[in-house]
Amino acid sequence: MVNHLQPPLLIADDLHLSFGPTRALDSASLTVYAGEVLALMGPSGSGKSTLLHCLAGILTPDSGRVGYAGRDLSAMSDTERSALRRTEFGFVFQFGQLVPELTCLENVALPLRLAGVRRREAQRRAAAWLDRLEVADVAGKRPGQASGGQGQRVAVARALVSGPRVVFADEPTGALDSLNGERVMQLLTGAARDTGTAVVLVTHEARVAAYSDREAVVRDGRVREQVHAR
Amino acid sequence: MSVGHALLGLLESGPRHGYDLKRSYDERFGRGRELHYGQVYSTLARLLKNGLVEVRSEPGDGPDRKRYAITEAGVTDVAGWLAHAEKPEPYLQSTLYTKVVLALLTGRDAADLLDIQRAEHLRLMRELTRRKTGGDLADHLICDHALFHLEADLRWLELTAARLDQLAAQVRPPSTQEI
Repeated sequence: MVNHLQPPLLIADDLHLSFGPTRALDSASLTVYAGEVLALMGPSGSGKSTLLHCLAGILTPDSGRVGYAGRDLSAMSDTERSALRRTEFGFVFQFGQLVPELTCLENVALPLRLAGVRRREAQRRAAAWLDRLEVADVAGKRPGQASGGQGQRVAVARALVSGPRVVFADEPTGALDSLNGERVMQLLTGAARDTGTAVVLVTHEARVAAYSDREAVVRDGRVREQVHAR
Repeated sequence: MSVGHALLGLLESGPRHGYDLKRSYDERFGRGRELHYGQVYSTLARLLKNGLVEVRSEPGDGPDRKRYAITEAGVTDVAGWLAHAEKPEPYLQSTLYTKVVLALLTGRDAADLLDIQRAEHLRLMRELTRRKTGGDLADHLICDHALFHLEADLRWLELTAARLDQLAAQVRPPSTQEI
């Protein structure tokens, strides 16, 4: 259950970021609360993916501040930010971005292995997540042998396996047909709500955004935020 | 939506009392907008008058002893209705378009109006998505139909939002041209 009276989990405050002459973020501000599913909407090139990358500590803004659980991301070293991304954040991208040489099970176990979990335990937990996302049958297959829909479910399992507090999902259904896209959204938001994980979802599709609790619209690098879901 | 044709179609599977017919309609097609008894009986009276149904009275003294059965003409009518393409809605007259143009004409913020509408559309889309997630296949199909239409509205909203400057220039002629 989202509690807007709690302090926000993630805050972007007055972010500016330019790529050469292109202004991607122009005073963008946003708050994300623990356990909520927030959709970042807006036309192509509006800056929504750039904002997501800044929130996740992948990109550093030219100015402005990103705060996570009371800590300032821009004041952290690269090593600290990497550790944060590994332990507290999960990621789902449009094209899965699974490691092609590993099996689906090994892909899901990877974040746990990187965090120092023993191989057998990591694989046990990975298998449980594959099962939950209804893709236990592809565990031993390489990503290239799975369908697009199965691959995205494996990517969702990998994002959630280490129990992150935030999952960043950038157009997670962008490469899927309606039916597969819908199932991925149901499983992603269902699992996130069950585990109290916040989801920051970048999408330009309203039917995908409809799985969120509220939306924020990004236009010309600025955010128009809906404060509370009704 | 033609209630008459829907009732006729339901009668094709066998004669029914008016009460059963209403219940069957509500279960399948009602979705929160159930038929009133008055509407059921007035529709049946019209179908009867047009020879599309016939009444089979039953012995007894209950209030609802009439069973309605579809006639050959009724079956032909249903077949004709099903084979006839529905006319797409003339969306050009949409209230939203009128509002956007009026906002621009009167110097109001049309982008605000579009944002408010987007939030309202998404509110309904969330509700439908929740209903779909917890529902059966019929819920899925009906909610999806509504969701795809709402999504089409939103795509139009986004496109219009991106073209507001262009549109404003067209609907608001420069003051120098005004007489």
